[in-house]
Amino acid sequence: MKPVLLDVAGLSTTFPTGRGPLIALDDVSLSLDRGRTLGLVGESGSGKTVLARSIMGLLPAHAHRQGHVWFEGQDLAALSPRDLRDIWGREIAMVFQDPMTSLNPVMKVGRQITESLRHHLRMGKDEARTAAVDLLDSVGIPEPKRRADEYPHQLSGGMRQRVTIAIALACWPKLLLADEPTTALDVTVQSQILDLLQAKQAERSMAMILVTHDLGVVAGRTNEIAVMYAGRIVERADTATLFAETRMPYTESLLASIPRVERPSHTRLQAIAGRPPDLVTRPGGCRFAPRCPYAQPRCAEEEPPLLPAPTPGHTFACWYPVGTPAGDEALARNTASNEASNKAADRAADGR
Amino acid sequence: MAGSGTAHLRDRADALLRVEHLVVEFPAAGRGRKVHAVSDVSLDVLPGETLGLVGESGCGKSTLGRAVMQLPRPTSGSVRFGGQELTALKGEPLRRLRPQMQMIFQDPISSLNPRRRVGDIVAEPLAVWRSGQSHGDVQAAVRAVLADVGLDYDTAADRLPHQFSGGQCQRISIARALVLEPKLLVCDEPVSALDVSVQAQILNLLEDMKARYGLTMLFIAHDLAVVKSISDRVAVMYLGKLCEVAPSDGLYDAPTHPYTAALLASIPVPNPEVRPGVGGGTLSNDLPSPIDPPSGCRFRTRCPRAGQRCAEEEPVLRHCGDDHWVACHFPVGKLGQALSHTGPDAMAD
Amino acid sequence: MPEPQPDPASADVEHGSTGRRRLGLLFWASVGWLGLIATLAATADWLPIPDPTRPGVAPARQPPTLHHLLGVDVLGRDMLSRTIHGARVSLVVGFSSIAFGLLVGGAVGVLAGYFRGRFEAIAMGTVDVLLAFPALVFALALVSFLGPSLGTVTLAIGVLSIAPIARIIRASTLAFAQREFVLAARTVGARHRRIIVNEILPNVIPAAVSFALVAVAVAIVSEGALAFLGLSVAAPTPTWGSMINEGRTVLQDAPHISFVPSAAMFLTVLALNFAGDSLRARFDVGEGRL
Repeated sequence: MKPVLLDVAGLSTTFPTGRGPLIALDDVSLSLDRGRTLGLVGESGSGKTVLARSIMGLLPAHAHRQGHVWFEGQDLAALSPRDLRDIWGREIAMVFQDPMTSLNPVMKVGRQITESLRHHLRMGKDEARTAAVDLLDSVGIPEPKRRADEYPHQLSGGMRQRVTIAIALACWPKLLLADEPTTALDVTVQSQILDLLQAKQAERSMAMILVTHDLGVVAGRTNEIAVMYAGRIVERADTATLFAETRMPYTESLLASIPRVERPSHTRLQAIAGRPPDLVTRPGGCRFAPRCPYAQPRCAEEEPPLLPAPTPGHTFACWYPVGTPAGDEALARNTASNEASNKAADRAADGR
Repeated sequence: MAGSGTAHLRDRADALLRVEHLVVEFPAAGRGRKVHAVSDVSLDVLPGETLGLVGESGCGKSTLGRAVMQLPRPTSGSVRFGGQELTALKGEPLRRLRPQMQMIFQDPISSLNPRRRVGDIVAEPLAVWRSGQSHGDVQAAVRAVLADVGLDYDTAADRLPHQFSGGQCQRISIARALVLEPKLLVCDEPVSALDVSVQAQILNLLEDMKARYGLTMLFIAHDLAVVKSISDRVAVMYLGKLCEVAPSDGLYDAPTHPYTAALLASIPVPNPEVRPGVGGGTLSNDLPSPIDPPSGCRFRTRCPRAGQRCAEEEPVLRHCGDDHWVACHFPVGKLGQALSHTGPDAMAD
Repeated sequence: MPEPQPDPASADVEHGSTGRRRLGLLFWASVGWLGLIATLAATADWLPIPDPTRPGVAPARQPPTLHHLLGVDVLGRDMLSRTIHGARVSLVVGFSSIAFGLLVGGAVGVLAGYFRGRFEAIAMGTVDVLLAFPALVFALALVSFLGPSLGTVTLAIGVLSIAPIARIIRASTLAFAQREFVLAARTVGARHRRIIVNEILPNVIPAAVSFALVAVAVAIVSEGALAFLGLSVAAPTPTWGSMINEGRTVLQDAPHISFVPSAAMFLTVLALNFAGDSLRARFDVGEGRL
């Protein structure tokens, strides 16, 4: 039997800082099969980008990585930089957030595609040129022949991102890592680019990891979703299950913070108070507890492990999960005590 | 779309801000070429109202926001603020009005001086206008406004901006804008650079501050869901022109301009059962160049309904429903159909 | 009205690097060397060393001995004394010419970068002309017009430094003048002078200081070159450049005569470059974090 395409096992990444090691990624495991799409969701600093880069082996030199990245049975974490270069582009490709910085500003876009075609696939000059123009055409760039001879700054933001996708797809990778590919773009262009990625993924039965901070972006476009918080995966499920049977309060809060166009205007948004924890001096217990509407004393003491939910493939890390009796009770208790303290505060204010 | 006209404006005496026939053009590379950033846009904001201005990057919405502030001054047109014609004011009289209209920007990092301490950044407007105030009074004012935006003076005041997260930097920017207690707050994409979770915090904060300081807001963004959430009235802008103006709930219920419909359709829906892009024609292609905009209706090159008339004749904003205005020859939706039945220009006045 | 959400985390110490980069041994060694040279130069008249212009204190071209630690030159003058007195000229010319250049070029650069428009076009056009003008011809003309003196050589190098300094300061100003905090200051109603002083200068000065240190090094070398050509302070006042020139003819018999001032100049220039680089890294506020 063929091994799964990607199997990340116990991956941790730390960065040394003046105050001690910053644990950006803490013992993360996940697997992804051929042709599947995984949405990787979390706030800035949740470790989602570090995870994508740790899989690729694209980390700054001072970073320290532990664990295994099995790609078709081969441990990428054990490969030399030289062998990794044969994997990059050819087996795994990446699309970054900012197309302006990921493209070479002084090289024509056609040439940026042919470079990798000639290097990885050993194509001849003319063959590569034809293939590059075809690629530009296939990612929806009008007049691909003319565009191939232009420089990145002559293209719009959306067109540039199409070019980076064309470069990423050039060598038919088996896995595409898209790191916030639409965050820098307008909503209208965002939906175009996501449609394009989805179409290419299906057409080539390529696996894809879509990294984003917006659950709305991955909702209709992925098979499964992993939600990250403070360097760990806190909930993982099939996309439909995650939305229908949300267990982790953090996932619920992320979902609730999205402004919905169907609600009347001036509807108050459910923001998550506070910010993610400091990853150097992080507190014990559940990392989300200080911001969690369900938090109980146990959450501050004991860190919940990633446990399976009744639905197969659904795991979450929470002591008082959303939609369970324990969770409902915890939320009710917190709501009651909040109201009590608000009333006490009101009384104090009235008394003044 | 891409229409002109002033039919949607309300009684002049009521508006705090009234922009009429505003034009902003910049010189472009090449002899005599111009960027037509804003072309004949009119809009007004009543006191206490939030007007949302929505459109893609490059549609001129930020340029319009800055032209309202006279930074830089518009090429032509009128900007009346509280009865004063700003375009006619120069030097000191204009400067005297500035504390009444403040602005916050998209990039929370770029809008704070990296080498000044947060306490000084927020105190700067007071230093400009109330130089006679004692140190203690200034500190008290800064402490109060920082508390209003959810920051603690004692921990924040001595720090530099880079020691704060993006959302906190945006709070600092808001504090700086509020410390002079302005009447009008122009928000130029204040949440586009933030995560959804932080975005919700800042949007809630702006709603709170609007109530506490009695603000009137011009809220500029590219995300219609965000704009709708915070605005009373929304103006949809495309390539330097207005497409549609309506109360925010009315705009969502009955999008009448094809561009508005496309904007609505491209909002990502956090529901796996809704297939993205199905049901509404999402837009293909890019915004045309504002150097050489299309003739007639500027949206026609991307419009699924464009006809011969659209290339020849520029549509004008006309009434199509309850305080609902659209600039389109072939409007869509229930209001659009009603409009077509009554004849194209029957409701123009 | 609802209360604004309290931000519980705002009370804690921030993420990211609060501690700034340390300056390191190299920086302090450089500062130590510059301090030593400056102190020696300033107190030269009171130090127990022979008059630098008195010939025949020992046999000509004598290599270093216990009495004359760095040896003596072709006229039998004490090299240690000449090197210390020579540092006066080098340091005075180096620092005052760049101070002059910074004052004029810095002002032009800041104003051009902030106000843009016609002033920038004229100022930067002039700068381009200055840069294209052959530096040596200018120095020659100035010296032959005013006569060789400390003032003349300082003026010559100072004027020549205006153009590159103005360019660098303008670029730096431009980068900050387009940032939104400057626009924010304008919407508040701050006057231009206030914006330049409060918003622009604090950002431009650190870069200017570290660049200026490197420029001082270039100025010291330039003075040496002018002295070498006999265009600097008139003999017998020692300067490092003229000392190197004097040793040139006897390089094979008495290499120390050229070597000693060369080494002094080399170490000083190196120290200035290191100090400038370290300061630039130190003043870099952590805007582009992980």
